Amino acid sequence: MKAGRSPGLWLTLAAVLAAGLAPAIAESDTMREGMSTLLIFVTLATSLNILLGYTGYVNFGHIVFFGLGGYCGFYLLSRHGWPLPAAALAGGISSVLLAGMLGACILRLRGAYFALATIGINEAARAFVSTFPPFGGATGLSINFDVYRRYGGASRALWTVYASLLAAALAAIAMSHLVRRSRFGLGLMAIREDEDAAQVMGVRAPRLKTIAYMLSAFFPGVVGVLYFFKNGNVEPGDAFRLNMSIETMVMVMLGGQGTLMGPVAGAAAYERLRGYLITSPLFKNLHLAVAGLSLLLIVLFIPAGAVGWLRRRFPPLRRFLE
Amino acid sequence: MILRVRELTKHFGGLRALADVTFELGEGQILGLLGPNGAGKTTLFNVVNGVFAPDIGSIVFEGREIGGLPAYEVARRGLARTHQVVRPLDELTVLENVMVGACFGRERHSRSSAARVAGGVLERVGLAERSGQQASSLNVAQKKRLELARALAARPRLLLLDEALAGLNQTEIALMLGTIRGIRDEGVTILMIEHVMQAVMGVSDYLFVLDHGTVIARGLPAEVVADPAVIEAYLGDPDAAAGLSR
Repeated sequence: MKAGRSPGLWLTLAAVLAAGLAPAIAESDTMREGMSTLLIFVTLATSLNILLGYTGYVNFGHIVFFGLGGYCGFYLLSRHGWPLPAAALAGGISSVLLAGMLGACILRLRGAYFALATIGINEAARAFVSTFPPFGGATGLSINFDVYRRYGGASRALWTVYASLLAAALAAIAMSHLVRRSRFGLGLMAIREDEDAAQVMGVRAPRLKTIAYMLSAFFPGVVGVLYFFKNGNVEPGDAFRLNMSIETMVMVMLGGQGTLMGPVAGAAAYERLRGYLITSPLFKNLHLAVAGLSLLLIVLFIPAGAVGWLRRRFPPLRRFLE
Repeated sequence: MILRVRELTKHFGGLRALADVTFELGEGQILGLLGPNGAGKTTLFNVVNGVFAPDIGSIVFEGREIGGLPAYEVARRGLARTHQVVRPLDELTVLENVMVGACFGRERHSRSSAARVAGGVLERVGLAERSGQQASSLNVAQKKRLELARALAARPRLLLLDEALAGLNQTEIALMLGTIRGIRDEGVTILMIEHVMQAVMGVSDYLFVLDHGTVIARGLPAEVVADPAVIEAYLGDPDAAAGLSR
């Protein structure tokens, strides 16, 4: 990965790193909280893009990996005293395993049927967790505040979580780039364009799709654990918000599905918009309606998203806009 | 024999698309497949290359049974095909389209060596200067050549061509025929469906004819086109056909 050969990647990583370091330099807790949300959005959108953008499979259940991975890691952390890094990794791995199992069943479906199945999975996961005693049922799990002492007090713990979120976002972007530039990624894009024709050319679609689904599940699981650790508790309603899946999709579509920068730019733009809408007296109850409307407008007028549109409009910029 | 197909039968609901189809194909030959619309030619291709599983019968490719294997397994063993209705990967570039063939075909190239293979193949089919363009921007004749390029990039042992000449003008047909002969001369065996009679007669070593899913004639091109059963299948009444040719 020489910088000269993939300027788009390094630009993106540098921008996210710079934005991510800003709260640490300013030593501002409020900035840190805002930026945490943004980094979570970046990670979710970038990982969703592997399935939605590269493979062309619409997934309304992306947040299941955040929720269930988060639950698994949080359970290990709160009930079995696992340290945060191990718990976060375990959260990611459990999401990957879940995706592997689900993928074997539902990736046979295509188009709208797959999309519908993923909604079903979100609801099923929520129902399962609400009635699963080790995960605390409907009330969920919480941690004793003593746990934070292991990380040098609550404040230090929050900064540790923040650094981990930043690292996860950067790693997710790097993974997205590697997939995009690989033989595997080419196979995914062939599936997106015409799955049957791809198989006739030798693309093992069932295996590639499952791997893509599993890869897209890892970072949401990691980030889920970090997020719930930061909150100190996890409950079913918070872990499996269908609207969060849809908002993630808006970010990917807004920035440009199938591009590297698109989901990052889309996440940043959406985070700003959402922040404005939630605090504005006029729109505060309507932010999801605005998200839905913007998804509609994007699909109708700029289906390639902002980055895709710019790439098409200004071919010389393609080297930088990946 | 590189391909032996025996007693192949395929039904779609109540429709018998293929019935007891048997044929063989020797290494390095060009075998032409004729038949009126709806005779089952494309279905035969779909069963041979794994898009559909056969109901009954066997397909032995290079000594191994491939009947019922998924299409990607068949492709990896060195059997490539083109589609009658072109299926470009629209949003990918011409080069990337061809790289898919090289990456996932018989030789399974890495991405960088696939780019080299694809470049060479594009040169050969005359699309080299289009390689950076999106596949959707090509015209029909170019898309046909792209189909062929993708199949060739897989470095197949056997190539199935589904109406590679349809929709092309005289110059384009001559160009394509030259390319097809060149491919054969490199040792690739070819099975081709074709409607352009003169073209297929000129290029094929043998012909066989399907009608209503059964083989009604086979042999040297000159014999097959003179066969009354073939004339009847194409024109209806053999006497009327004889009258026409008089």
